[in-house]
Amino acid sequence: MLSFSIIITVSIFFMGIVVRTKSLASGRKGPGVMQPIKDIIRLLRKGAVFSTTTSYIFRIAPSIYLASILMAILMLPHGNLPGFISFGGDFVMFAYILGMGKFMMIIASLDTGSSFEGMGASREALFSMLIEPAFFIVMGSLALFTGHTSFYDIFSTLHFGSHISYLIGTLAAFVLVFVAMIENSRMPVDDPKTHLELTMIHEVMVLDNSGFDLGMILYATPLKFVMYGTLIANFFIGELPLQWSIPVFFIIQFVFAVTIGIIESFSARFRMSHNPQFIFILTSVSLLIFFGVLLVLGKFI
Amino acid sequence: MEVKLFELFNCLTLVLIVIIPFLGLRQLAGFCVSVISVQVLIAFILVFLIFQQGTTTFHYPGSVITGILSFKADYLSAWFIALISFTVLTGTFYGVKYLEKYQAALSKLKMHAVSFLLVYTALIDLVVIQNGILFLVAWEIMALAAFVLIIFEWEKKETLKAGINFLIQSHICILLLTLGFIWVKVKTGSFDFSAIVSYTSSHPALGIGLFMVFLTGFAIKAGFVPFHTWLPLAHPAAPAHISGLMSGVIIKIGIFGILRMISLIHANYTLIGYFILGVSVITGIYGVMLAIVQHNLKRLLAYHSIENIGIIGMGIGLGCLGIGMENTTLFLLGFGGALLHTLNHSLFKSLLFFAAGNVYQATHTMNIEALGGMIKKVPHTGYLFLIASLAICGLPPFNGFISEFLIYKGFFNGIETNHFLFTLAMLFSILGLVLIGGLALICFTKAFGVVFLGTMRSNLITEKVETPLTIVPLYAIAFAILLIGVMPFLFSNALFQVTSLFSKNNLFGAVSGISTTLHGSTVIGFISLGFIFFILAVLYLRKRISKNNTLSECETWGCGYIGDIPKAQYTASSFIRTYRKLAEPVLFIKKDKKISETLYPGETSQFTHPYDKAEWWLIDKPLHWYKRLLNRFVFLQNGNIQNYILYGFIFITLVFALPLFISKIMDFINFLNQL
Repeated sequence: MLSFSIIITVSIFFMGIVVRTKSLASGRKGPGVMQPIKDIIRLLRKGAVFSTTTSYIFRIAPSIYLASILMAILMLPHGNLPGFISFGGDFVMFAYILGMGKFMMIIASLDTGSSFEGMGASREALFSMLIEPAFFIVMGSLALFTGHTSFYDIFSTLHFGSHISYLIGTLAAFVLVFVAMIENSRMPVDDPKTHLELTMIHEVMVLDNSGFDLGMILYATPLKFVMYGTLIANFFIGELPLQWSIPVFFIIQFVFAVTIGIIESFSARFRMSHNPQFIFILTSVSLLIFFGVLLVLGKFI
Repeated sequence: MEVKLFELFNCLTLVLIVIIPFLGLRQLAGFCVSVISVQVLIAFILVFLIFQQGTTTFHYPGSVITGILSFKADYLSAWFIALISFTVLTGTFYGVKYLEKYQAALSKLKMHAVSFLLVYTALIDLVVIQNGILFLVAWEIMALAAFVLIIFEWEKKETLKAGINFLIQSHICILLLTLGFIWVKVKTGSFDFSAIVSYTSSHPALGIGLFMVFLTGFAIKAGFVPFHTWLPLAHPAAPAHISGLMSGVIIKIGIFGILRMISLIHANYTLIGYFILGVSVITGIYGVMLAIVQHNLKRLLAYHSIENIGIIGMGIGLGCLGIGMENTTLFLLGFGGALLHTLNHSLFKSLLFFAAGNVYQATHTMNIEALGGMIKKVPHTGYLFLIASLAICGLPPFNGFISEFLIYKGFFNGIETNHFLFTLAMLFSILGLVLIGGLALICFTKAFGVVFLGTMRSNLITEKVETPLTIVPLYAIAFAILLIGVMPFLFSNALFQVTSLFSKNNLFGAVSGISTTLHGSTVIGFISLGFIFFILAVLYLRKRISKNNTLSECETWGCGYIGDIPKAQYTASSFIRTYRKLAEPVLFIKKDKKISETLYPGETSQFTHPYDKAEWWLIDKPLHWYKRLLNRFVFLQNGNIQNYILYGFIFITLVFALPLFISKIMDFINFLNQL
């Protein structure tokens, strides 16, 4: 439960740090760190407009989406403390529960019968399909590396011995950062700031959502970021005692948020047709991790 | 007790077949439903008895040709009897209502009923028969009866063509099985299944060859790539309840055959495991890749069955590797996952086909591009289709996740071994399974989203179809889906009993407490249950907080455009366009495009016709060359009766002359040898 509560705490500030970094990088002062969460709270109190085309699915989808992410967060450990839910192979369920939320969001956007939202839905479905192998191979490599198959066992027994294992850690962090970016439809694949429906992924899917539902969808973004940030942080806080691990956790999340801000400020969005290639690169990097692990363990023939 | 029940089951079929010709329309439906219900009841009592009291064997004195006819009802039989019977039960109730539209053709309905009964009986008999010849007879009855079921609407040329395709491919399957049984008969002199065990345990090297013959035969029935081509043709042609039955049960008998042979044949299972795993990964990915681009809803579902057969095959492959490497965890998780997925797939695929049948009866089309907004016309069907879609994508809290999880867990456990090749095989299997999961998500967001959501994309008139009889069987299946999803531990004991049949050399003897492996994996059921409550909690919170908020309704946002919205909607083709571009090298899509070339655009259009590359290379091309070869001899068929008599005469002369001729040659050779 500790892991869950500090993740929720971090998620409140997370987007504020990202936005602030982007403002500073572009030479503006920018809004306060609490501004994004204030926007979300304002949305939660607002009424909503539903399209006449939609069915009940459109109304329940955002709730299932948020519930799926919170459920996935419950599975994440914090260093030596297991997550609320922990069992062998829990990262498979982690990915599939997130998939459930994704499925609901995709069909909810098709529910509006809009001429744009299907565009985002189509891309979301395709890109999340392409990104899945990278995540699974990274987790599979770690399972191979440590000999365990649950998040808690993997991270609590993960320790770096040789030089190659540092490389593996770095590469895994790299892959997870970009998995987080793609899952949230952020910069290299999609720019949430372009208000042109033809070029968006996630933002165009939620054009018709409003009020409480939109608030939940917007809050899902920092949650997802912090979720992947927690995975990255767990690489480093494996054996630290609690009084050290919590500050380290906050620092890593802060660095992660700043990194996202910097990536978003200094990179351009790919052409939509080039995105699959970019995502394939991540899969090959994760294969590299896998072979690196084989090398470390001396299992390579 | 079991023998009596089994005999009663078969007698009921025979009695009903005899009296069906004398029945009127009203009684036909009543009789069929009640007799099949009684049979299903008997079948479930059988299942219960077998799981309670263990395996039963019984014999009948056979003839000179067959030898003693032995039967054995073991756990594997019980598992398959249960899954066949459940789908047949729901299929019967649904089918009676579905066929009401065809009342005018009474004789056709009677033929259909007879075939349906024969298929069910043959399937149940197949899982207990232990004699090669009897097995082939039952298999043939099943194939022929299934053929009659498929060509129910034989007036349509397409249907007949698909049916004949099915018939031919089924017989290639039977040919291979016959070869396998003859092989054993020649070597041991017996058609009994126990002969297979004794033969292969004394010749393990030949066992692999025998296994490959049977595997190929059963793979045709199950629909492994590249033997899948009959499947996407036959499923759309058949009526919905038959499609559900075929996809849910008839192709599963192929899986049953493979599992039965694994329990009998002794061979090098490591090699077999790698082979099955490789074929299955290809089957799974290829099936779903083609499923996505289909425009016909039932065809899409048919390709998706191929994908699921791939997942089941991955489990079987993993289990075989478990046997080969004497690793009980892999063995249990592999076979356990495969068996559970077989049951799961029979549930959600029949539900999908029945729901598609309701859509068909409401709109009289299966063209996805023409549909849309059906959830408002057939709400129950819509939500049931959604549940089945989520289950087939393997998403928690539904049953598909449990079986896929078992297989995943097996792969991740297997990755830790010290064998480099094995680790790689596990890695690529995981990759395959992940890709299949992701592609299934695209496939079913497309199918559900386009058919049931948005607004209708054409001017179809929809009929009202939802009556209690058309949806209650569907709800029963949905209930079973959810039950397995949240309480998988109910099935873990039965699964363990079934998997123990496959162990060679007493794999279980050494390790105690192994039954907890499956039971321990089913803890995820509680987490799925927790997930449901979590969703309900969030929904309650949402309702509570936004209670006082004003809710209003408005048109969908279209950037200010309020013209012809249904036409501007995203279609199925546009939804998968990005995917299609990416997958184009693997697929085979004929495009028919008309673009405007003048300054003022006129009418433009684009049609895509997805086709199957495997079918093109393995069936169409060879047939084409074969036809060309035969065309050379067309001069023989000149319609001249005198010529035909001459051919006959030549043939008879040859028949008599050839042995003489050969014996003369032999004499000559002998003569040369003696020199």
